[in-house]
Amino acid sequence: MYRYDEFDAGFVRERVALFRDQVQRRIDGSLTEDEFKPLRLKNGVYLQLHAYMLRVAIPYGTLSSVQLRQLALIGERYDRGYGHLTTRQNIQFNWPKLRDVPDILDLLADVEMHCIQTSGNCIRNVTADHFAGVAADEWIDPRPVCELIRQWSTAHPEFSYLPRKFKIAVTGASHDRAVVKAHDIGLRIVRHPDTGAHGFEVSVGGGLGRTPMIGKVIRDFLPQEELLAYLEAVMRVYNLEGRRDNKYKARIKILVHETGTEALKARIEHEFAQLDGPSINADPEELARIAAYFAPPHYEELPAVSARLEAAKSANPVFADWIDTNGFAHKVAGYRAITISLKGIGEIPGDITSAQMRQVADLADRYSLSEIRVSHNQNLILPNVKNDDLFALWQGLVEAGLATANVGLITDIIACPGLDYCALATARSIPIAQAIAKRFADPARQREIGPLNLNISGCINACGHHHVGQIGILGLEKRGQESYQITLGGDPTEQAAIGEIVGPGLTAEAVPDAIERLVEVYLEARQVGETFIDTFRRIGIGPFKLAFQHNLEGADHVA
Amino acid sequence: MSATKRPPLPVILLANHFLDGEVVFWSGQGWSRNPQEAQTASTQAEADVLEEAGRLAFARAEVVDAALIDVSLSADGQPVPNHFRERFKISGPSVRTDLGKQAEFAKDQAKG
Ligand code: HEM
Ligand code: SF4
Repeated sequence: MYRYDEFDAGFVRERVALFRDQVQRRIDGSLTEDEFKPLRLKNGVYLQLHAYMLRVAIPYGTLSSVQLRQLALIGERYDRGYGHLTTRQNIQFNWPKLRDVPDILDLLADVEMHCIQTSGNCIRNVTADHFAGVAADEWIDPRPVCELIRQWSTAHPEFSYLPRKFKIAVTGASHDRAVVKAHDIGLRIVRHPDTGAHGFEVSVGGGLGRTPMIGKVIRDFLPQEELLAYLEAVMRVYNLEGRRDNKYKARIKILVHETGTEALKARIEHEFAQLDGPSINADPEELARIAAYFAPPHYEELPAVSARLEAAKSANPVFADWIDTNGFAHKVAGYRAITISLKGIGEIPGDITSAQMRQVADLADRYSLSEIRVSHNQNLILPNVKNDDLFALWQGLVEAGLATANVGLITDIIACPGLDYCALATARSIPIAQAIAKRFADPARQREIGPLNLNISGCINACGHHHVGQIGILGLEKRGQESYQITLGGDPTEQAAIGEIVGPGLTAEAVPDAIERLVEVYLEARQVGETFIDTFRRIGIGPFKLAFQHNLEGADHVA
Repeated sequence: MSATKRPPLPVILLANHFLDGEVVFWSGQGWSRNPQEAQTASTQAEADVLEEAGRLAFARAEVVDAALIDVSLSADGQPVPNHFRERFKISGPSVRTDLGKQAEFAKDQAKG
């Protein structure tokens, strides 16, 4: 894992002291609220419906057990004993008092964490494939690049007042698990077809929110050593030409859309040619220094098949199902990456108690080389578990109430906090997730349905990624009531797609039935080996619309 | 808060406490954490007084996001926000009934 150097540590401490002073000056009246609010936002402090909210960055989703224990402590001492993991690989605390935030920031700094650039019109926390460094289908660990971008972008004076927020995601695997095409800049690490050298496929202009767009590839191959200069060229063009006149048109996706991909690409290439690359790009020694922190840990040489695991699986079918659903192929023989589902049936997606954080930290120490990952699916991952240890790990997770076997299935729902917490929400999202999970609670039925991702957002901002959910649900307000609009066919992967609306908005009560009807259409139409999205692509939205409409008839469901 | 944007009467004054973030209500004497102590304004003149209280408290950094909220009066005379957003705001997360005002003040409500 990356460790702060003296500069990083000093910088983070200085920011904490600065914020402590800013809070004090607001209290004594030397700062007005208009002056103070942007300062608190720069430190990840939002005001929500019931209280302040503190958003802590988890760079590229990697956490140590020590850091997770510190988050547990913060949750317990300064919050209500829990935290919420988000689709941006952050953790949010829902009830901190502003007066305590400087102390919380100091506790975070003790474990090399902070809340900088988790809000505001800057380059936000860089996200990555949650299986970075361990996935069997990965060629290069994206995290050194993420860390490089983090260092380059942190407090970058030129990019601290962008037209709007800016999100970058990186993957180094063949399958995109980082939703790179829904980011302002998406980087895929690729190999040059002729030379075999590593570089990046660069896309720009992806984004969700009120105008969802899939990113456009503007460079098929960018040599890896030229990354920062190229990013700087993109940022510079955006900074100059992005629309500052209208908040809703200020994201780079709108600039790409209005300028046209080819024209914008030419503008960026022109800017890139003007820049003095060597003065911007990281020198190879610095890159090597960073990369060394992400060197693979010491793995034991193990047989690919574990007799102990096989025996435990045949003796315990519930365990076997859990392994098959929550296990993920590791690059190293004898190991597996395990997803800990935070989607217990009827629970709040992404919420984890301080007690559970500690239990997971202990299990990580015992079974996963002390490392934990946070996925954008709002789950945790133990990336380095020996096959031989899986049964003991599972028993520990059962004890912690964290052994739900539903990863990638219909109850592994992504949901934003919605109107239960969020001041921008137009409707609740969590109760919808709970109701759907309960409806599909039967594990056998979930497996029968197969891989299906369902995403819910409580307003058009799309924090729950509903546009790229194979089933997406958007909570709106219609005539003083919560109303839910369902989309189908979204895709967060390398075949990224935005979902299509299937019919009129529904009342909250009507949503589980409607989802059930839509799933039945798929089950009736599917051919051998197809998943939901395969069937949807083959038959199109028509049959789903028909069934949806039919389901509505005679019922008082439309909201 | 401009007079033209004022919601229909009756209204209460709702805000978040600046240092705590907690939802607070103008009681007539000061800020209360208890929704049952919210003062209801039924005339424009009473609403003016609430609005002014919010403005002053904001200037003194006591509260943020002060806003007049239109309410209806329940059978026992308690103000209930007309919009569901504010109903959640004054009770707490519907998915965590152990937290927020709904948990803290439920007993009093039961008492009457
Ligand atoms: C204080 C709470 C939050 C606020 C004020 C907030 C605000 C916003 C806004 C305004 C947008 C739209 C940006 C645009 O279209 O330009 C947005 C997008 C987004 N937010 Fe949030 N959000 C909050 C919580 C969350 C949470 C809890 C998550 C994760 C569960 C999250 C993840 C995202 C993501 C993934 C997007 C869409 C990607 C994009 O930027 O295009 N946000 N948020
Ligand atoms: S999608 Fe809307 S309701 Fe959900 S967290 Fe984002 S801003 Fe809040």
